[in-house]
Amino acid sequence: MTQARAANDTYKLPPPLFNARCKACWFVAALLLLVAVSFWTLDLQWGQFFSREAARSMGRFVAEFFPPDTSPEFLKKVALGAWETLAMSALGTVLAAVAGLALALPASRLHDGDTAWSRTPMRLVLNALRSIPELVWAALLLISAGLGPFAGTLALALHTTGVLGRLFAEAIENTPPGPGAALRVQGVGNFRVFVYATLPQVLPQLMSYTLYRWENNIRAAAVLGVVGAGGLGQLLAFHMGLFQMNKTATILGAMLLMVAVVDAASHTSRRLLTR
Amino acid sequence: MKIELRGASARHPAARPGAAPALKGLSLQFEAGEQVAVIGPSGAGKTTLLQVLACAMPPTAGTLAFGDTNPWQLPRSALQRLRGRLFLAPQVPPLPPRQRVVTAVLAGRLPAMGLLASLRSLFYPTDIPAACDALDRFDLADKLFERVDRLSGGERQRVGLARALLAPAQLWLIDEPLSALDPTRSQQAIGTLLAGARERGATLVATLHQVDVALAHFPRIIGLRDGALAFDLPAPQVTRQRLAQLYDQFEHELRGEAPVAPPQAPPLGPQPVVMHCR
Amino acid sequence: MLSLKTPALPVRSAPTHDPAWLGRVFWFSLSLVLLWPLGVATEFKPWVLLEPQNVKISAQFIGSFWPLALDAEFLTMVARDTWRTVAMATAGVTLALVVALPLTLLNTRVLSVSALSGRMARGPYWLRQSVRWLLIFLRSIPELVWALVFVRVVGLGPTAGVLAIALTYGGMLGKVYGEILESGETHATETLLRNGSGRLQAFFYGLLPTSAAELTSYTVYRWECAIRSSVVLGFVGAGGLGQQLDNSMKMFEGGEVASMLLVFIALVALADRVSAWLRKALG
Repeated sequence: MTQARAANDTYKLPPPLFNARCKACWFVAALLLLVAVSFWTLDLQWGQFFSREAARSMGRFVAEFFPPDTSPEFLKKVALGAWETLAMSALGTVLAAVAGLALALPASRLHDGDTAWSRTPMRLVLNALRSIPELVWAALLLISAGLGPFAGTLALALHTTGVLGRLFAEAIENTPPGPGAALRVQGVGNFRVFVYATLPQVLPQLMSYTLYRWENNIRAAAVLGVVGAGGLGQLLAFHMGLFQMNKTATILGAMLLMVAVVDAASHTSRRLLTR
Repeated sequence: MKIELRGASARHPAARPGAAPALKGLSLQFEAGEQVAVIGPSGAGKTTLLQVLACAMPPTAGTLAFGDTNPWQLPRSALQRLRGRLFLAPQVPPLPPRQRVVTAVLAGRLPAMGLLASLRSLFYPTDIPAACDALDRFDLADKLFERVDRLSGGERQRVGLARALLAPAQLWLIDEPLSALDPTRSQQAIGTLLAGARERGATLVATLHQVDVALAHFPRIIGLRDGALAFDLPAPQVTRQRLAQLYDQFEHELRGEAPVAPPQAPPLGPQPVVMHCR
Repeated sequence: MLSLKTPALPVRSAPTHDPAWLGRVFWFSLSLVLLWPLGVATEFKPWVLLEPQNVKISAQFIGSFWPLALDAEFLTMVARDTWRTVAMATAGVTLALVVALPLTLLNTRVLSVSALSGRMARGPYWLRQSVRWLLIFLRSIPELVWALVFVRVVGLGPTAGVLAIALTYGGMLGKVYGEILESGETHATETLLRNGSGRLQAFFYGLLPTSAAELTSYTVYRWECAIRSSVVLGFVGAGGLGQQLDNSMKMFEGGEVASMLLVFIALVALADRVSAWLRKALG
């Protein structure tokens, strides 16, 4: 039987699904491979999680959370822990803003003719600071600063300095150059040009970044205590270790409340700033 | 301070490296205390001339001399000190939007202030009366404590000019001082600039698109066209014929129609996408 | 030449003081006053760091960073744990997609049929609100807390970490996907719905093509964040690089800690580079 002619000319046919020449196809293939291999090598205990046994124990576990413990003395402890966590996040963010600004100056190219020899090394430092998560910093700092919220504050400050330093440096590099150039023509040095021309333009954006970062830091501060850095996290790890689930439920509720409060405060302040 | 340009060529500050020069072999001399207007059609190289005179960029060919010194052969600290004696007012007023007018105007005095004094002045402006006086000459004394971004375009331009009155400079280079001002204010501004320069014995070089104002107020007119000198004459000797030749094919600018709008500030690059781990 | 009329100086006394000064001093003092209780609550005593025995311990610890632990056995273990961390992050984000996509579809206002003719009906509105609250709940609880809970249920190991990441990141992805879908061009989708197509059809033919690049770009970015989270989750028993780091720190093995920190910084930089490249290729 003669082969039927294609309904369309060959060049009008849709392209094949996988074309060996197309980079995107290799990409997607690599991605799917990565996902498949990840699941395979991890040896996840799906059976354990989805079995009836697990469902029942999960149900029992969740039931233990209710009713949450609302006795006044415990609430007082939780309130203190919440205040400690809030203070950690706020102070850590403030310190990081100051340090971030100090490091952002050498990490940015101030104007077109700037040699900026310190830009790359400083950027490496900032990247190292922000790559290490707050929890790891806290675990490291516990050795020098001891248990308690001091280590947590420093850990937050160090990590956030890396984040804010990089954001600040990018904001400084993107400022309109006009006012700075006019002062530079008059022979004014780099630092005074920064303070008189660049900083006034970029300050609202810097404050906005800092306030946004506070939202992240309150969540991080809440859990830093798990390694011993004080605040709600320390309470949480303690009571969870003792299987006191209703107390844990109260602490979780306090965490959620604080996160909501800080989110709202940060959002309103940022609105007020750009008024 | 006598200024001399000899055979200077220079590229426009924003030009690509391989582009044609905006100034070609220009030779000029300025005595101390002179008042000169530079006129010419768009693209004649007027802004580039001011940038070269302000030591903002070295000429690619030829020499620049202040008195007997070539500024580009000075050590860096001496060059910075020399720059303190120059003042360049760009076409777009170089004022940070959220700064107050008083601080923006007093910033003109930075070359004469030490580091600590300038930092102190940021928090509490030293010498408010001097700033007020300078602004008053441009009829802006009531805007002393306003924010720059709350002013109109013309007011901002006048604030930029008022900086000149506070700068410790012997050479004033003003780029298009009247582009955003109406005729009355233009007269006032030009009058104030000339009087101020005369009081201090400063050399004033201004580029202007308003040829009638230039002819009326400045004793010496320099005409530039395509980066080369068209004429360098006392104002009474600039005839209508010379002007027509200078502005050939750009008659709309000669007639006083709105010239090419002052270049907007370069558009901000795309804002960095703020992606947090949240 | 026109006669120059210098403006007559008005008879007005120049102001001599800065009107904004008092306000600034007030706000500055207020912020200092607010900082004090913060310092007290966090036991902020920087001089503690300089106490002799703390300095000795810190110097010892930092001193033990060098020489780095570079023996083959250790490095193979680190390589395996690094892969485990990446795998945990990938699996977690994949499951987060599984969680987020249906929730996003339920949550988008654009796909609401009842809203085509004016206000959204009450049922669909409350459905969307509850999905929104569910997403907020999922993403407000830190993943560490989820991991702590799951470790109790399924035991130590990567399962707890993967589930924790899946839930938290599902919430985050759901929220941002919703924002991306609603901020794009919705005219095409609306027209499809008006002409009677089903919601999923409208999604695939209208919303997805417009926003696909943006969605993928954000997911890739989230994957990079997930790698950092997996390390953090290792501290509570989810395995991977984080758990090894925790072990080595508890044993004061400075060389191992330093090696792993360097590996981790390199991993994050690499993931950052890959993610930026992928996002550029997409955009």
